[in-house]
Amino acid sequence: MMIRSLLTVDNLSKYYGDLCACDRISFSLYPGQVLGIIGESGSGKSTLLKAIAGQLPIEDGELIYFDRSDTQINLRTLPEPRRRKLMKTEWGFVQQNPRDGLRMRVTAGANIGERLLDVGQRHYGNIRAEALDWLNEVEIPGDRIDHFPSTFSGGMQQRLQLARILVTRPRLVLMDEPTGGLDVSVQARLLDLMRSLVRTLNLSVILVTHDIGVVRLLAHRLMVMQNGQVVESGLTDQVLDDPHHPYTQQLVNATLVP
Amino acid sequence: MNPHLSDSPTKRDHQQSPQFIPASPTTRLQAENLTKTFILHTQGSMELPVLEAVSLAVDVGECVALSGPSGSGKSTFMRSLYANYRIDSGAIWVKHQDHWVDLSALEPHELLSVRKHTLGYVSQFLRVIPRVPAIEVAAEPLEELGVDAETASEKIKHLFQRLNLLERLWYLSPTTFSGGEKQRVNIARAFAVDYPIMLLDEPTSALDATNREVVMQLIEERKAQGCAMVGIFHDDEVRQRVCDRHLSFTGCLKS
Repeated sequence: MMIRSLLTVDNLSKYYGDLCACDRISFSLYPGQVLGIIGESGSGKSTLLKAIAGQLPIEDGELIYFDRSDTQINLRTLPEPRRRKLMKTEWGFVQQNPRDGLRMRVTAGANIGERLLDVGQRHYGNIRAEALDWLNEVEIPGDRIDHFPSTFSGGMQQRLQLARILVTRPRLVLMDEPTGGLDVSVQARLLDLMRSLVRTLNLSVILVTHDIGVVRLLAHRLMVMQNGQVVESGLTDQVLDDPHHPYTQQLVNATLVP
Repeated sequence: MNPHLSDSPTKRDHQQSPQFIPASPTTRLQAENLTKTFILHTQGSMELPVLEAVSLAVDVGECVALSGPSGSGKSTFMRSLYANYRIDSGAIWVKHQDHWVDLSALEPHELLSVRKHTLGYVSQFLRVIPRVPAIEVAAEPLEELGVDAETASEKIKHLFQRLNLLERLWYLSPTTFSGGEKQRVNIARAFAVDYPIMLLDEPTSALDATNREVVMQLIEERKAQGCAMVGIFHDDEVRQRVCDRHLSFTGCLKS
């Protein structure tokens, strides 16, 4: 049972002035594991995700990551150029709004290809072929490769964002409300796709959402946040079938089909 | 309420207690003094004591029935054995890959590993995933163990055939299946893996006589192979045939 964790977050704290957005958060994420973080708006879940991604400075705590070559990396003290490289080669961040994660003024193919250029690929034919493979993987017709993402539906844009991120084979993917703002039927298709990609690529994922149905389907484990604190955590089925904390009970009871 | 419940890596290290003594050398599962009270915060913090110091040891090749009226705690006990419900006190010792582990003290990733390799669970209802065909739903636990897709699919087809699941349903998502069809997908999913311990929650509740017979045979075969089983069976015929003894829940706990 000795498996090494991929990412360890130890007592992470983040303040906005006097307001504590994340209060001493600790957890370890293991390879192939999907960790869901639920909580209402303002609970600190998105702040936590941004802090882990290094998009926000934190006041206290440690972030330890083991990279592909099994080197232990302290993310807080990692120099910025190395952090950026790590983000491009080992991590991916799926934005809630695909417009924030895509470049809207370049074609779908270029959106995928750009990430490959970032990691040093130069052969145009290979890049285009790989972009086409990934469009296929995320169920976007290949003949849309030269179209701008602005001509895509919301669900297609979100799937394109997934392709753009997964093309460099990240090990850890952070997702902020990836199904927010999509129709239920479009959501179901995206969820199903994400579920199969997580399994086939053995991705580790931290998934922030307020949708209990999404975590039920995707997450192995769950953390429930309220007012910057983790009020409950465990396996997803434990937390949703036997919620202990008053806030979690309220959340589960308020869901029509938990 | 302790606000720092998150699983800090240094919190627990007592997976293997030196004090633990299995009831017999052939014990596979041993629950000791399971106690569980539900506190309903949304209903005036009402307390519902459901389990009070319930113990059970299950041997290799043995099937124990949990019996008692509705609301007596047998489902809660069963779910606790799977660590789906988290107990307030007590220990759930499971022999996992030649080591004794206490489910109530494991980290989430360790518990996932015990469920994947050692502890099978047939729930009453199938959790349907939109767009995923029945055969893939059933093959998932095998594939997670590293069995290749073709072998897994052959094994599931064989079980589907035994369970008389119409072939035209195999490649459809179970979303539109009847209760009995979903239940058979669920049974195939669990019986495809050779779990050393299995928990069965009314595995025949939605089945006709023919398929109930098939499930009884599957249970008997698995027992003969040494699987330790715990089950809730509302059907007397099934219970009498497959179970060796029973643990009675009286439902006398009052708040």
